Amino acid sequence: MAEIASWKVKTGLAEMLKGGVIMDVTTPEQAKIAEEAGACSVMALERVPADIRAAGGVARMADPTIIKKIMETVTIPVMAKARIGHFVEARILEALGVDYIDESEVLTPADDLFHIDKNGYKVPFVCGARNLGEALRRIGEGAAMIRTKGEPGTGNVVEAVRHMRTVMAEIRRLTTMPKEELMTAAKEMAAPYDLVQYVAEHGKLPVVNFAAGGIATPADAALMMQLGCDGIFVGSGIFKSSDPAKRAKAIVLATTHYNDPDMLAKLSEELGEAMPGLEISAIAPADRMQERGW
Amino acid sequence: MVKMKKIGVLAIQGAFREHRNTLEKLGVEVQEVRSRENLEGIQGLIIPGGESTAIGKQLEMNDFGETIVKMANEGVPVFGTCAGMILLSKRIDQSNQYSLGLMDTYVKRNAFGRQIASFEADIPIKGWEGKDLRAVFIRAPYVLEAGPQVKVLSEYSGKIIFVRQENLLASAFHPELTDDLRVHQFFLDIVDQYQK
Repeated sequence: MAEIASWKVKTGLAEMLKGGVIMDVTTPEQAKIAEEAGACSVMALERVPADIRAAGGVARMADPTIIKKIMETVTIPVMAKARIGHFVEARILEALGVDYIDESEVLTPADDLFHIDKNGYKVPFVCGARNLGEALRRIGEGAAMIRTKGEPGTGNVVEAVRHMRTVMAEIRRLTTMPKEELMTAAKEMAAPYDLVQYVAEHGKLPVVNFAAGGIATPADAALMMQLGCDGIFVGSGIFKSSDPAKRAKAIVLATTHYNDPDMLAKLSEELGEAMPGLEISAIAPADRMQERGW
Repeated sequence: MVKMKKIGVLAIQGAFREHRNTLEKLGVEVQEVRSRENLEGIQGLIIPGGESTAIGKQLEMNDFGETIVKMANEGVPVFGTCAGMILLSKRIDQSNQYSLGLMDTYVKRNAFGRQIASFEADIPIKGWEGKDLRAVFIRAPYVLEAGPQVKVLSEYSGKIIFVRQENLLASAFHPELTDDLRVHQFFLDIVDQYQK
């Protein structure tokens, strides 16, 4: 008997995306450029995070028409975003047949206390995290893939670096702990005990971990890969730059060849203007997307 | 001392780490292959699951794919899983993407459907004794048509999902995602045959 929507099948698709770049796109034309550049997946959106930030107001799930058009245009997997806690938006995305749902802090949260029960869906979920406890809570709710939150729409990699370093340091710390300390560690991180035990034993998350939130250059992508992530999300960084096709391709190659400085030097040449960046301190704490999620 | 076998795993994108882990369990030295130069000195090559368009884009550059084709034509065994099956195939349904074109097969991409239709199942392999193989299919392809030199090793609900053509092996499923080592051992036996 065939078994669909098993944990293996859900986490398995994320395993296949590793070493690749997932790009935010808002039109079928952009999706085609991403696929041509070698993206392993696209995130179908109505607006990229930089524009969501600029527009203000409430950001919601994209119009299904946009998502369907993008699904028809490319053969690579298509992801789409639902608001935190908005389980009906998630059901709609599942009905559309998207390949992954991002329960995302880039959109305005629909619930200020609870995330979606992601175990009850056939489509797998990816969620953002700033630290190990948050990552393990999301996995406990059924997320089959994790990404750092970073600070979306800024073109500033500092928050993604901070979140990746935090997760990695907390993983390393668990691996050196005697067993009797793990329950207290779980309590302090507010993380499920069984997942804390898994991380302590294996020295890694039980799912794939990508970097996201502020990646704008090939060097940024390689930096995140060297810090230990499995792959890259690029949001505004590509289609807010002056030459999206060229930059997209360079970021893809930098993600594969992240340990080859000669190659990275070549890839960084003549890319045109990167997206305009934002200093994190210039964003009021209440406007920081990374603070969303519980 | 017997020299250890060295197998290359194409590491452009996809589940190359899982293939590496499985091969290491079988006592094989693994070389990650990111460029043409890394192909030197390997006795076999695995093309992992991932996105076939993303992997193909980089094989197209700098004679990378051409070198693999040349090695395979000289008898070096190559095993493709999922995206690897697509990249080995001569013809791909509704796509003009890059492929190595080594196997006389006509494949269909995402043939079982999108992620929502991905599944795992127990499948029998022709000529194998023992229990069926637990196989994981993720947005998997299958073979629509196979040429006369292609041996069909397994079918699932009437679809061809595991094939061999001389030194070339291809599966629509992901043996690197399960603990069953038999498929990788089968490939290593092919590597041994072509060493002699």
